[in-house]
Amino acid sequence: MALSAQQIPRWFNSIKLISVITAPQLRQCSQRAGKTLLCGFSAQPQMSSDNFFLQWGFKTYRTSSMWSGCQSANSGRQESNSARSTLLPSVNEQSQKTQKTPNFDSELSLEGLDDLPLLSPLQPVSEEEAVQIIAAPPLPPVSFTLRDYVDHSETLQNLVLLGLDLSKIEKQPDAANLLLRLDFEKDIKQILLFLKDLGIEDNQLGTFLTKNYAIFSEDLENLKTRVAYLQSKNFSKADIAQMVRKAPFLLSFSVERLDNRLGFFQKELQLTVKKTRDLVVRLPRLLTGSLEPVKENMKVYHLELGFKLNEIQHMITKIPKMLTANKRKLTETFDYVHNVMSIPHHVIVRFPQIFNTRLFKVKERHLFLTYLGRAQYDPAKPNYISLDKLVSMPDEIFCEEIAKASVRDFEKFLKTL
Amino acid sequence: MGPGGLARLHGLFAAYKPPGLKWKHLRDTVELQLLKGLNAGKPPAPEQRVRFLLGPVEGSEEKELTLTAASVPTLTDHPLVCGPTFTSLKVGVGHRLDAQASGVLVLGVGRGRRLLTDMYNAHLTKDYTVRGLLGKATDDFCEDGRLVEKTTYDHVTREKLDRILALIQGSHQKALVMYSSLDLQTQEAYEMAVRGLIRPTDKSPMLITGIRCLHFAPPEFLLEVQCMHETQKQLRRLVHEIGLELKTTALCSQVRRTRDGFFTLDDALLRTQWDLHSIQDAIQAAAPRVAAELEKSLRPEPGTQQLPGLGRPWDSKGPSSGLGLESCAGH
Repeated sequence: MALSAQQIPRWFNSIKLISVITAPQLRQCSQRAGKTLLCGFSAQPQMSSDNFFLQWGFKTYRTSSMWSGCQSANSGRQESNSARSTLLPSVNEQSQKTQKTPNFDSELSLEGLDDLPLLSPLQPVSEEEAVQIIAAPPLPPVSFTLRDYVDHSETLQNLVLLGLDLSKIEKQPDAANLLLRLDFEKDIKQILLFLKDLGIEDNQLGTFLTKNYAIFSEDLENLKTRVAYLQSKNFSKADIAQMVRKAPFLLSFSVERLDNRLGFFQKELQLTVKKTRDLVVRLPRLLTGSLEPVKENMKVYHLELGFKLNEIQHMITKIPKMLTANKRKLTETFDYVHNVMSIPHHVIVRFPQIFNTRLFKVKERHLFLTYLGRAQYDPAKPNYISLDKLVSMPDEIFCEEIAKASVRDFEKFLKTL
Repeated sequence: MGPGGLARLHGLFAAYKPPGLKWKHLRDTVELQLLKGLNAGKPPAPEQRVRFLLGPVEGSEEKELTLTAASVPTLTDHPLVCGPTFTSLKVGVGHRLDAQASGVLVLGVGRGRRLLTDMYNAHLTKDYTVRGLLGKATDDFCEDGRLVEKTTYDHVTREKLDRILALIQGSHQKALVMYSSLDLQTQEAYEMAVRGLIRPTDKSPMLITGIRCLHFAPPEFLLEVQCMHETQKQLRRLVHEIGLELKTTALCSQVRRTRDGFFTLDDALLRTQWDLHSIQDAIQAAAPRVAAELEKSLRPEPGTQQLPGLGRPWDSKGPSSGLGLESCAGH
């Protein structure tokens, strides 16, 4: 402390009453800085021993750096306050200042200033007090990473042990502040129990929460209403659990929005209610993602690629991912399959898996079969090779059974392309 | 795995770039696969830190407090808090290939990137197989470009083609001598030229050290080209100019690099082999050869050098061309 109490000059005596309000604050500061605050902390028995020392060390740091701000003994009300308040030093300080002044007005007396117990570094301190001075480095008030706070916050420790990936979350702009301000007992536990009731296993909670940490700031009642709405639409409990697991943001959507989206899929694809339900359960991110790519892809299938509506419905019930596929890749794949491999529409409809594979795989295998003379894709003719066998098999099985060649031959062929 | 894996990841290796893939995408894919392999190793043991905790003195009746040192587990270095250990790797690319070309692409990892500069300065030759198509001309000399001209090609024979290729090789040989800044009147220069060891000293335009026709079946023909300081576009332009010399037109349907310096097709890794273990094995397998060849190439004395490429006779190059494959695979 650069300015200790004994350096307060005697001219304080002559200062008017208004400015003397600062003096008791200073005196109180100086008193508190030197002495241990056992009396203050005994009123809060639920704090663990680590945090006790943490706040002590924290306080000495603050009095030394912020001479004008004095904090009260009541600043450490909750265990997470030490971590929480580092991010908002000025706000806490102000609130404590206004709390402090009424309490100490009674001690206001000009004569008492001369009897200030002058604190100096050379002043002898008792053995007990010496043991209780902690010299740990203080928590940084501002940081770019949660690594600085994880050892001092039980909330963060419990979240890491659950499986939450803090390194991914801290990259989001406001996520870290949100997590630090939460209290495990009050907010997080209820949401966790709710998720467990829904059917999400312990080991899946980590990945779920890493994606949707904002669920902690949702109201539990809202979440229950949304689950009730889904149940009213005849989604079974297991279905809802699967949907929530695959699309973590589902429960953050309001009932109205979910309703609109389900309605959109039913109208756009003109499917029955049961088929829409199955589709959404298989690919729940249709409900949480953007709807523009789906509309565009439907137009592409219908107008550009020339599929009829019932063909599109059939393909989509088999491979729901086609609705959100990249338009450019779709057109390139279709162009190669239809024009180069000369496969007509009705055969493609039977094997929509071809739209889900990488184009280079289709090209390499087709060129190998052409080189060997086995490229027969017409179901009517002998030695017919179906498209799903072409793309869905790993290399070894493809080479042995379909191409009737060895994997080494396939590799040698690839090096001639 | 982490530290041991990274230590074996310094050096040069070759990958086979398929047509249609940009070289940068290949480099990024290789880097991602290597990072995936390095981060997949088993996580380190949980760390501990020492904290001084206040507790009552044992064996004392009064309420005395004393500090005891305790080793407490810490989460500061847990992978879920810091993130993966490896987030980027330095991978460099040697002589580039454009998107439509395919073939051997040399990549360097870590300290091997320095060897890429050495390879560049060694001015080693590269082998290409170039497939041409007579009768058409396009604006970018490729099959999918805008068609400019169509001509007949019945008058083209193998002899005419060979004569033109010999002319090309001769003129490029003269250019090679000029760019190597050697005085051909001296005995040493003559001996080097006889053994085919002349190399350019610095930057030069494309120099073709050898060109011959492997297969001629009009309208298609297959050339094998040995060159240096080239780009694939210049090779396609070469095919176009050969067409013009033959009083017809030609375009190039395939450019494939079969050898880059001392990396051949056998050393090149296919797409399925772009993972940590295969790349580490490839680096280790190539390391002694790389060291020996670079040392020979960069040594100043010209007499005892035995550089690859021109020194070998034509018929020792067996299966690298397209002809070889027809006999081994299939029926």
